Amino acid sequence: MENQYKMSLKLEQINYIYGTHTAYEMQALTDISLEIHKGEFIGVIGHTGSGKSTLMQLLNGLEKPSSGRVLFEGKDIWAEDFDRKMLRSKVGLVFQYPEHQLFETDVLSDVCFGPRNLGCSLEEARERAKKALAMTGIDEKYFADSPFDLSGGQKRRVAIAGVLAMQPDYLILDEPTAGLDPKGRDEILEQIAKLHRENGIAVLLVSHSMEDVANYVDRIIALNQGRLMYDDVPKAVFAHYRELAEAGLAAPNVTHILHSLRERGFDVDTEAVTVEDARDTILKAMEKSV
Amino acid sequence: MIRDITIGQYYPAESVLHRLDPRTKILCTLLYIISLFLFQEWTGYLIATVFLCTAILLSKVPVTFIFRGVKAIMVLLVITVVFNLFLIPGEPVVRIWKLTITDQGIRTAVFTAFRLIYLIFGSSLMTLTTTPNQLTDGLERLLGPLRVFRVPVSELAMMMSIALRFIPILLEETDKIMKAQTARGADFESGNMIKKAKSLVPLLVPLFVSAFRRAADLAMAMEARCYRGGSGRTKMKPLAYGRRDAFAYLITVAYLLLLIGVMRFTK
Repeated sequence: MENQYKMSLKLEQINYIYGTHTAYEMQALTDISLEIHKGEFIGVIGHTGSGKSTLMQLLNGLEKPSSGRVLFEGKDIWAEDFDRKMLRSKVGLVFQYPEHQLFETDVLSDVCFGPRNLGCSLEEARERAKKALAMTGIDEKYFADSPFDLSGGQKRRVAIAGVLAMQPDYLILDEPTAGLDPKGRDEILEQIAKLHRENGIAVLLVSHSMEDVANYVDRIIALNQGRLMYDDVPKAVFAHYRELAEAGLAAPNVTHILHSLRERGFDVDTEAVTVEDARDTILKAMEKSV
Repeated sequence: MIRDITIGQYYPAESVLHRLDPRTKILCTLLYIISLFLFQEWTGYLIATVFLCTAILLSKVPVTFIFRGVKAIMVLLVITVVFNLFLIPGEPVVRIWKLTITDQGIRTAVFTAFRLIYLIFGSSLMTLTTTPNQLTDGLERLLGPLRVFRVPVSELAMMMSIALRFIPILLEETDKIMKAQTARGADFESGNMIKKAKSLVPLLVPLFVSAFRRAADLAMAMEARCYRGGSGRTKMKPLAYGRRDAFAYLITVAYLLLLIGVMRFTK
């Protein structure tokens, strides 16, 4: 238990207020407490302006909470002697449209930027960069190309590799599939799931799409107007599908379908969250009724 | 980080001055500035002070905001005062080593300082009560006659409004890219000059790329809506003079005439 406590990223009663002492003062987050353990795969959902992005930036010390503490492996990240650069390498943050941050002349150098900033030698940085690019499925033949010549999906994967090359224990992705076509979206999500599976990286996936979240994560954090609304396994969160709808969040389509079927007297399991599980429970219910 | 910077210095409030037509404000400010150079006497300053104070009170802009403008010209102000103080010949008042301060010098120094401060107060008041877009609209209309001399007034105004519109967007973008690179371990603060300059590359390259992308998008959007530049474009909110504008002109002209009259009389 002691060990587990150490391997975590924890928020304690966080409040965050934008633009203090100006006419535009606004409370973005109110009394948020949560803990993220190594190896988890978490989905963060919330309507636009619910405080998701702020929450992400608090986790790796880009924003400082107005009150409350952020603890990385038990240590307060805003303590005087805390090394926040180290924290940012351990808690990798991939912003929305990360391809907009590419700047180097070739793909490999761009991915090397993070490790180089951490003080890696050129050889080690290159080694890490190659590994990271392999993880995101960028072929070696692109390494010497300008990142600006790649396709949208490729650019994004290079940018994600740029964060992965810092070898984080926690990876936070803000809408990694925004603006991608369905194929690009599936590829990216599949690669993220693989990273989680094979490297044991804890993943925090911020998304608008409940289907994406439902298919991959084993825990959901739902935010509503800066407050923690739910923090539970997907089926428990989606059971509140009516409340979610009120908060401007739609549960996966299958949840709605299963609930409608149940209301019409079919004996289906409304807790299924993926399309496959829904198919199975519907088939079972139909067999019974025949 | 950068989000806190406001561009232009518009102070939102509900006041008569805010509601005035931008043309009125520009022209009246111009008249007011001219008026400041008409007098040399205490009486003139008294009238100007009354006019300025009334305008400030009417604007509902906190005085601290108006004082801020003076900070920007503080250096200029000090230099002017010092030069006037020591270099103007007249009746010596104080003698320090080789420098003499004359009564004429003190007089000119004080008057010049007040003139500069009043000038800044007046123009600040205009920019504080007028949004940058209104100012552009006003200027476009006022400079309209220059079209006769082939000055591309509408294009200039359009460029100005686009530039103004882009400033907050680019600031936001800068903030975002800065954060993204910080998340990749970039450090924008420490190090010597060369290191700091070098650390800006990961910020500036994406910023330029994004600026060009946005510019291209905007150009495309404008062409798609048949923008062809030139005059004859109508406005969503056309400028229209109202009664209060006539009143404002009247008061300003009256103030100017009063000043001229008093100056004649005291001479």
